[in-house]
Amino acid sequence: MVAELIRLKAALLVNGFRRSPWQLVGVVLGALYGLFITAMLIVGLFGLGGNDDRLLIGTVLILAGGLTTLLWAVIPVLAAGVDATLDPQRFASLPIPRRDLAAGLLLTGFVGVPGAVTVILFLAQTLAWRQWTTAAVVALPAGALGALYCLALARMTTTAAHALTASRRFREVGTILLFVPLVLLGPIIGGIESWISSEGSELMGWLPQVADIVAWTPLGAFAALPADAAAGAWAVLGIRLAVALAYLAATVGLWAVLLQRSLEQPASSGGGGRSHAGLGTLRWFPAAPWGAVAGRALTYWFKDPRYAASIVVVPLIPIAFWYASSQAGSPFMLYAAAPLVAVMLGFSISADVSYDSTAFALHVTTGLRGVHDRLGRVVACAAISVPLVVLLSFIPLAAGGDPVDALAILGVSLGGLLSGLGVSSVVSARWTYSVPLPGENPFKTPPGAGARVAIVQLGTFAVATLALLPELGLLIAYFVTGHPVYAWLTLLVGLVLGGVLLALGVRVGGRWFDARLPELMQAVTLNK
Amino acid sequence: MVDEGTDTGHPHAAIAVRGLGKRFGEKVAVNAIDLDVPAGSFYGLVGPNGAGKTTSLSMATGLLRPDAGRVWIHGIDVWERPLEAKRILGVLADGVRLFDRLTGRQLVTYAGRLRGMDPTTVAERTEDLLRVLDLEDAASKLVVDYSAGMTKKIALATSLIHSPRVLVLDEPFEAVDPVSATNIRSILAGYVERGGTVVVSSHVMDLVQRMCSHVAVIAAGNVLAAGTVDEVRDGATLEDRFVDLVGGRAQGGGLQWLQS
Repeated sequence: MVAELIRLKAALLVNGFRRSPWQLVGVVLGALYGLFITAMLIVGLFGLGGNDDRLLIGTVLILAGGLTTLLWAVIPVLAAGVDATLDPQRFASLPIPRRDLAAGLLLTGFVGVPGAVTVILFLAQTLAWRQWTTAAVVALPAGALGALYCLALARMTTTAAHALTASRRFREVGTILLFVPLVLLGPIIGGIESWISSEGSELMGWLPQVADIVAWTPLGAFAALPADAAAGAWAVLGIRLAVALAYLAATVGLWAVLLQRSLEQPASSGGGGRSHAGLGTLRWFPAAPWGAVAGRALTYWFKDPRYAASIVVVPLIPIAFWYASSQAGSPFMLYAAAPLVAVMLGFSISADVSYDSTAFALHVTTGLRGVHDRLGRVVACAAISVPLVVLLSFIPLAAGGDPVDALAILGVSLGGLLSGLGVSSVVSARWTYSVPLPGENPFKTPPGAGARVAIVQLGTFAVATLALLPELGLLIAYFVTGHPVYAWLTLLVGLVLGGVLLALGVRVGGRWFDARLPELMQAVTLNK
Repeated sequence: MVDEGTDTGHPHAAIAVRGLGKRFGEKVAVNAIDLDVPAGSFYGLVGPNGAGKTTSLSMATGLLRPDAGRVWIHGIDVWERPLEAKRILGVLADGVRLFDRLTGRQLVTYAGRLRGMDPTTVAERTEDLLRVLDLEDAASKLVVDYSAGMTKKIALATSLIHSPRVLVLDEPFEAVDPVSATNIRSILAGYVERGGTVVVSSHVMDLVQRMCSHVAVIAAGNVLAAGTVDEVRDGATLEDRFVDLVGGRAQGGGLQWLQS
């Protein structure tokens, strides 16, 4: 049965290539990349082995092994939904003994680039220990078990996450929150860097202590076994082996229990769900058709993770820019945050009809006028983005900026937002593209979307930027001359020109919408 | 065949279809069909999978632009005066999503307001629809958490809110439990009695035979038979007649080994 499952995984991989040569290209590139990384790391391990400080080798290997194991625990959860081949649910109706299923699913993890690379690298630890024969020998089984532990941990965390996230809301919030560290990656890495460089001399002093602790945790136990052998600490090795095996058994056992439970009670989105009495955001707007669209769209901004993701990301941008500007020692990066967020938010409704997916049919069958559809979506987006953009424009003030600067920034930002909304209103009435479907992971890129998405988005950005040139010109004039008149002019032109472009966009978009309603419907139908 | 240029559809037809055709690439999905749905009829549209039912209904309701042909709803050309036609038309499309991040109550209200209806009327009718369709308890839950049958019912409610003269329902009974199906049938029967026209597509012959006054059999993009149910079934059951018309019953053989 176990061999059968591994063969199935391999067959699925191969069939994937047949369906799309691009997938083959992807896997080949992934494999080459993996091979490259593997080769480099093996060279690194070999080089490490040339060192005769066994404490140093042990510390490096335990920490690196621990980090790898941690990544295995976290990344598959983050990327949930990306690779659902061999989803345990699919075996629920087959009479396979649970033990075989668990073992099979566990081992199939080695079929594929990440699993293969991990097992090779863990085995290659032996190279680093080549000056201590016993340690080199111990490193082989320890490496194999360590790699197995990575896979078991990955299975356990994903299954646990799956069980925990039976609630739709939890799953959605989780996905978005996990994205936060990615946006802040720059500042985080920079912070660690500067911290290391300031504490560098002492680092080597306490890293071995960290390694000592990690060596007793599930993350580092297997990697620490060769170090014990090299030290000749056989009693410690025996105890640590027992502990490590206990960790492995516990992880596999826990996974098996979770798997069993998920097979018996498939996670369903039904049943639960909080109640929302009344009409919610629909009540905030006039009962006209455009008000209805605005109310509905606003609800989606908060409840649909594909929209909510952009709201969560927005406050992070000034943080990233603040960091960048503190590094550069000039406030200009901080000034850039508000216009950038403004253009992004204006751009955000350019895929609105694509996001509706086939639910758009309701707009078609109710005979909604294009102008109402466009206007409603703009109003909803503006209700969120105008306060945000105004707030961001004044943030430099808190950092000791000039109030007149803030005025000019506000002008460019509002101009960018308004004209961006106008351009988006036209674009989304004409060009749709594949987006993650309702309920899918908001950060997933749908297959086969590539070129079209890129062209539409680039074109939209280009036009939106073009429309912003007058404000940008005035802004530059202000910063060059320092004359406040230019700041006021920027604000005035931003509001007037932006407003005119927005009105124009809504009208033109509305007309195109009316003319191409069935084609739009057809496009969202095909995008599914 | 009626001349396309001068015809304005049958004067008493709730839906008149002339020469309606659609092709997807090489495949002719709907082959220039003609159809008259008399006002006040309960019209069943039956056909095997992929016969062109959904394509035909989509073209008749303004969701899909036809390659050829015309459609009138009570004399209003759907493709020349779409907004007027849609005002008197209620549509339950099959296989489309709903704005499922809204609650049931919000969704029905939304449909009413999109049509520019007076908010008080929308509020009253929404509560009536929720009550009659037995969705009162679920009205404050998000539609995404609904079961398949409840989803179908809330979609039906969105197509009824403006009290249309013609109701086009694509597979309205799919995944609906028997009690709800009976409820929906009696709502539709009452609506027809008060002068409304209903078109339903379905796979269930038995249901169509019991429920509908008229029926059309569609296969491979063509109308094979159309008329009152009694005319079409011609003494046999509708199911037998359907299989006769459509053909494709597997001959001989069978699964001899399928036994306990």
